[in-house]
Amino acid sequence: MDSLNSYLVIAAVLFALGIYGVITRKNAVAILMGIELILNSANINFIAFNRFGGMETLDGHVFSIFVIVLAAAEAAVALAIVINLFKNIGSVNVDDADLLKG
Amino acid sequence: MESNLNLLALLNLFLPLVSFAILIFFGKKIGESAHWVALTLIGITLVIAMFFFSTVFSPHEGPILQSSIQWFTTGSFTLYLGFLINNVAAIMLLVVALISFLVHLYSVEYMKGDPRYSRYFAYLGIFTFSMNGIVLADSLVMMYVFWELVGLSSYLLIGFWFEKDSAANACKKAFLTNRVGDIGMFIGMMILFFTVGTFQLDGLADGVKDGAFSGNMQLLTIAGILVFMGAVGKSAQFPLHIWLPDAMEGPTPVSALIHAATMVAAGVYMVVRIFPILTPGALEFIAVVGAITALMAAIIAITQNDIKRVLAYSTVSQLGYMIMALGVGAYQAGFFHLTTHAMFKACLFLCSGSVIHAMHHALHELHDHDTDPQDMRFMGGLKSKMPITYWSMLIATLAIAGVPFFSGFLSKDAILAGTLSYYHSHHGWTIFLPLAGFGAAAITAFYMFRLIFMTFYGKPYEQKIHAHIHESPVKMTFPLILLSVFSLALIFTLPNTVNPVDSHGWFTHAVPMVQNNAGLDMHAVEEGIHHAHYTAMTLSLIVAGLGIFVSVLFYLLQKIDASKISSFMNKFKFYDISFNKFYIDEIYNFLLYKPFLGLSWIASKLDWDLYDQKFIDGWGWITLKLSDKSGDADYNWLDQKIVDGFGNLTNYFGKNLKLSQNGVVQNYLLGGMLGVVLLIIIFQQF
Repeated sequence: MDSLNSYLVIAAVLFALGIYGVITRKNAVAILMGIELILNSANINFIAFNRFGGMETLDGHVFSIFVIVLAAAEAAVALAIVINLFKNIGSVNVDDADLLKG
Repeated sequence: MESNLNLLALLNLFLPLVSFAILIFFGKKIGESAHWVALTLIGITLVIAMFFFSTVFSPHEGPILQSSIQWFTTGSFTLYLGFLINNVAAIMLLVVALISFLVHLYSVEYMKGDPRYSRYFAYLGIFTFSMNGIVLADSLVMMYVFWELVGLSSYLLIGFWFEKDSAANACKKAFLTNRVGDIGMFIGMMILFFTVGTFQLDGLADGVKDGAFSGNMQLLTIAGILVFMGAVGKSAQFPLHIWLPDAMEGPTPVSALIHAATMVAAGVYMVVRIFPILTPGALEFIAVVGAITALMAAIIAITQNDIKRVLAYSTVSQLGYMIMALGVGAYQAGFFHLTTHAMFKACLFLCSGSVIHAMHHALHELHDHDTDPQDMRFMGGLKSKMPITYWSMLIATLAIAGVPFFSGFLSKDAILAGTLSYYHSHHGWTIFLPLAGFGAAAITAFYMFRLIFMTFYGKPYEQKIHAHIHESPVKMTFPLILLSVFSLALIFTLPNTVNPVDSHGWFTHAVPMVQNNAGLDMHAVEEGIHHAHYTAMTLSLIVAGLGIFVSVLFYLLQKIDASKISSFMNKFKFYDISFNKFYIDEIYNFLLYKPFLGLSWIASKLDWDLYDQKFIDGWGWITLKLSDKSGDADYNWLDQKIVDGFGNLTNYFGKNLKLSQNGVVQNYLLGGMLGVVLLIIIFQQF
């Protein structure tokens, strides 16, 4: 099991689950959770390629740290938007946020 | 002096035109006093004409007045307009002005009460203007212009009472028949111009003398005959004489002025003017045409019953005489007869007008609208009722019949001498010319006295009409008296001689023999005429006496029943031939009119039924079908399918694609993902 493919498969599954969640969920919070999954699957890929790619440096790790930081920031901003959305329309359902629709 | 003469000639020409212009534009306002305008202006014209006439007697070399101005120049060609007044023109000017003035005076009474009174005088004015133009013209072009203008005024005056169908048809016939001759004249003029290089009359004569046609005399003969065709039309010569008798539909004073004395003499005058350039060949042709006309018209005149028609055929016959005279080289005799004929024929016509006027009024008072006032069979016994008319007409008749002491004797005698001398020098078939001349002379005497006897003698046709006949008023009788005086021989021979059989008077001095530049020896002709003079005189006296004698037997004493003779003659169809005018109208109808009508019918068939209906309309049909198809294709296919198709397609895609733009971000993401998956699958293949 100690091979690149296992990590890639787990990352792919995570990515697919994340996409699925983002596409199918109507709840804004759930969508954000799907996005977290996608980001993390990417992180796994970075770490795995760094470990099995024969690299001397820790580029993959550094990249992952950045992604985690970015994800945290993104989650903060996004949750703030969701809360404001809820305050305005009384729902966190993304389908209801259609004020710009003609 | 020269410029004064020029001014006088211009006045003489244009005063009648002024009369026309005033009366045509202000005629309605002037109304009943229109004749004062016309009489004044024509009176001045007459005075000027008298002045020119008087210069004939003052000794002079060459023409009285010859001057021309440049009209226009194109390239190397210059056209001149000008006057050429020699003795012949001066005499002609006086004849025109005098008769025109008398006819104006006469018409004041004759046309009284006509609704277009002022217009009548206007037309007389334009006629006098045009006629003066012909007389004064120094070139063929100017003559041709006025030639057409007299044609126009003749047309207007013949059709003056255009409400009558017969008058409307007659004026058309006159105009169209003249046109036939005029085309010939135009072609002849062009031949002369292109050979000699000028239209001037004296220039042409000099050109021919200098040999412009040398070695090509046939061409000059043809040109001469073609120019003469103009005279054939205008002077009513066979075979274009048919219009003149019909022209009698116009008012009678018009017949006297235009269709007896002046316009129809224009053809003769024109031949006089171009006489120096006519070749012996052309003159021979001219003589034969004249002889045929003289004899034929005289024969027709025997059987006519309409007083004006008798005079019309008599005019045709006398014009034939003049033309024949010119043809045989008797230049002087031809012009002499023109002058004497103008006087006595105008007199005859005005007398007949006086009779018709009286008849018309008598019938009008009786409310009889069926009897023809011009038919001699309804007259008779008018001598006692209309003495002035009777005596004037008798004098003029004696003149035309060629009785000594009267002018016609002198001129006709000279013509007959000319034809005899022509026969003496040519022999053979030319015997026809003197035969026609003497035959026509005898017949003329016969039918003219027939006219006198039927009109003025015998029992009145109906006492009722006779009782209402009155002599015409003085405005009408004065011209009659004056013209009958001018029909006396003395008028033309004074002061040289009072001998009634001697024609050597002022006239023969004023009109000297001209030189013929185209090969005719005028001295020989003159010599021949001189020798034939006494023979001709004797013979003409005999034939005239014979004609009058037979007429007296038939119509005055009625010893012989004219109807028996005519039915006897009719066994050989002679009477019918004469009465139906040699069937010339019918021949034209058959030879020209019918085939022409048939041709036009075929042409119209071809044009309308075949070309128009089938060919043109066929194209239309094809175009219609094509445009139908192309319209169909354009609309249904191009417009509806392609143009609208693009619209529809855009619409359709827009409609469907707009569904994807639903604002659901998740859908976009799904799309994006699918795309990525697709790309991955695609890239997997390579």
